[in-house]
Amino acid sequence: MGSPTFNLDEFIGQKYRQGFFTPLESDTVPHGLDENVIRLISEKKGEPAFMLDWRLQAYRHWLTMTEPKWSSVKYPPIDYQAISYYSAPKSKKVGPRSLDEVDPELLRTYEKLGVPLAEREMLAGVAVDAVFDSVSVATTFKAKLAELGIIFSSFSDAVKEYPELVQKYLGSVVPYTDNYFACLNSAVFSDGSFCYIPPGVRCPMELSTYFRINARNTGQFERTLIIADKGAYVSYLEGCTAPMRDENQLHAAVVELIALEDAQIKYSTVQNWYPGDKNGKGGIYNFVTKRGECRGDNARISWTQVETGSAITWKYPSVVLRGDNSIGEFYSVALTNNHQQADTGTKMIHLGKNTRSTILSKGISAGHGHNAYRGLVKVAKSAVNARNYTQCDSLLLGDQCAAHTFPYIEVKNPGAQIEHEATTSRIGEDQLFYCQSRGLSAEDAVAMIVNGFCKEVFKELPMEFAVEAQKLLGISLEGSVG
Amino acid sequence: MNTLLEIRNLHAGVDDGAAVRPILRGLDLTVRAGEVHAVMGPNGSGKSTLAYVLAGRDRYTVTSGEILYDGHSLLDIAPEERARAGVFLAFQYPVEIPGVSNIYLLKAAVNAARKHRGEEELDAMDFLALVRDKLTTMGMDEALLYRPVNQGFSGGEKKRNEILQMALLEPRLAILDETDSGLDIDALRTVADGIQAMRRSDRGIVLITHYQRLLDYVIPDHIHVLAQGRIALSGGPELARELERRGYAWVENGAPAEKSLPSGAAPAGRTATSTPSGE
Repeated sequence: MGSPTFNLDEFIGQKYRQGFFTPLESDTVPHGLDENVIRLISEKKGEPAFMLDWRLQAYRHWLTMTEPKWSSVKYPPIDYQAISYYSAPKSKKVGPRSLDEVDPELLRTYEKLGVPLAEREMLAGVAVDAVFDSVSVATTFKAKLAELGIIFSSFSDAVKEYPELVQKYLGSVVPYTDNYFACLNSAVFSDGSFCYIPPGVRCPMELSTYFRINARNTGQFERTLIIADKGAYVSYLEGCTAPMRDENQLHAAVVELIALEDAQIKYSTVQNWYPGDKNGKGGIYNFVTKRGECRGDNARISWTQVETGSAITWKYPSVVLRGDNSIGEFYSVALTNNHQQADTGTKMIHLGKNTRSTILSKGISAGHGHNAYRGLVKVAKSAVNARNYTQCDSLLLGDQCAAHTFPYIEVKNPGAQIEHEATTSRIGEDQLFYCQSRGLSAEDAVAMIVNGFCKEVFKELPMEFAVEAQKLLGISLEGSVG
Repeated sequence: MNTLLEIRNLHAGVDDGAAVRPILRGLDLTVRAGEVHAVMGPNGSGKSTLAYVLAGRDRYTVTSGEILYDGHSLLDIAPEERARAGVFLAFQYPVEIPGVSNIYLLKAAVNAARKHRGEEELDAMDFLALVRDKLTTMGMDEALLYRPVNQGFSGGEKKRNEILQMALLEPRLAILDETDSGLDIDALRTVADGIQAMRRSDRGIVLITHYQRLLDYVIPDHIHVLAQGRIALSGGPELARELERRGYAWVENGAPAEKSLPSGAAPAGRTATSTPSGE
């Protein structure tokens, strides 16, 4: 007997209902990687010679590297020769033909999130020739930006149209020698976004990959380059709260941000790639290199990320604080459920005088999830009067999950002020019962507590994004939308 | 007056995973609309267990007997559904919820109940107006609304916050588990006024308490003494003083033999006539 009460293990153990069957991609170059494949990619994209040279240099360097093993994430060996490195733009032959063929659970998620119909098709990978509503939106949008001299285009277009800008800045924050995955990306990157804000211009709207229709199938090796010239400001949104369908298991993107004197870049990410099933099968490996450089004085770069998807998330959005008085910020929510793993954090490299950085990391682990914060705060000898504040909080749901914190602090200047705070807490049965006895369902109670835990990070997100992110956390924890 | 709560021969205990440790052993209690019942008793007599069983807490398992609320069994109803249907438990130890603002929980709770009743949910402005009104009654600082739920609240603030929740949720059956414990005399007075203000002809209140002092302010219609998991003695408000004078041992050692005690007009519980044997 006894009343039917909430069972936490059962709740967090619910299966990921957004799973879907993935049809095979057919229009691709053969599997494997050699110089010919790289030449082929560059040729198909009609790239100038400097781009091909750079790709080949990266490839040759990559051959000398070995895959890093230092993170806390575990995955079977990746066969790099089994990956196809180029996919032609999708035709109607691949993917579901209409929403009728898409997993109804996925559609219900979109509905719950309030995703407009036309965008649902795009997200679900329905092979439509054009997404009409969004195209018109994107066109007016682009015209408005052009008036201000803002360049916002696909990476492929930028390489052809603004080669001198690309050549000047590409690899200047993340050189191809940086790490194994960034190097691979440099050799084979498919497409991505390019954005340049001219001096003194404040970008009047949040730039989003969402509007960038012409580059929507950027796939697994995405490359983003954002430059805010002197005194410019831009807020950039990456990703989408709705679960994204993708064929490729390995994602190795590179994002480079450059903020010149007095410039500010805000980069917000909501990442919800397929996390794999309840037993940890399938799901995306998200191995991303993101780094920004405050190249001029008084520059400011903020990373805000909400990571709920992917089987493995491995990324450290970082800021190099080169300019004097420059500011770096990192706000992160990473949620792992079922068998998801996350090893994420940041690096704040203080080089300039009076540089400041703030790190606020919130890790949530449920199910068998593993969540690690790994962060480096480095203060060079030149960084007089540097300050850092770091706060790492972990929240545990259930007793099968894990949270780790690996803070690294290297200080070469005795005048630096470094603070580090860390807490670990657990959602208790007593808290859930208390909320239930006030009429809230256990699911709502968990969502409420988790959202409360993440509040400080959400307030850094642009408004609509914040609202969506809140809903997303609830859904990710339920594993259902019902 | 219609019957709001009827507990019949309730046996219940705590499930530690392996077995149910029996605590309540044949408890009977009837609460009619409009009545205030006080349940008193020494430590370990099962008072809090009774509260948790009524609210539906996990691990507090009913092994036999019945709990009827408004004529329907509560036993298979989830705690949140009981709450929405008008059952309220004021916690002896209100739980802290870091990161969640008090007003957020209050609003969510009020709207969950409204939704259940098919009423429109209150928006932020209407809710604020409502909550401000109740705050004044409870002598609470508005700042408490914006602090995390119960975190950093003093003992008195926590208890007042429970009464505030009750006032906002307007339950039909309120169970107050030792709401008077840990309060200084002024806070006790405020809390008692808050409870007193909740008395209504269509509402039943069960006050669980150790001491008689709360009952000086909130005079109950019936007093029951819980001993060894059942109601050992029931009577009218004057029973509290008797208990204060003689102590619980008096009940445990066979006070019910004294028939001279006047009992309420409509005895709510079983007026025990036999001594509970030392089980």
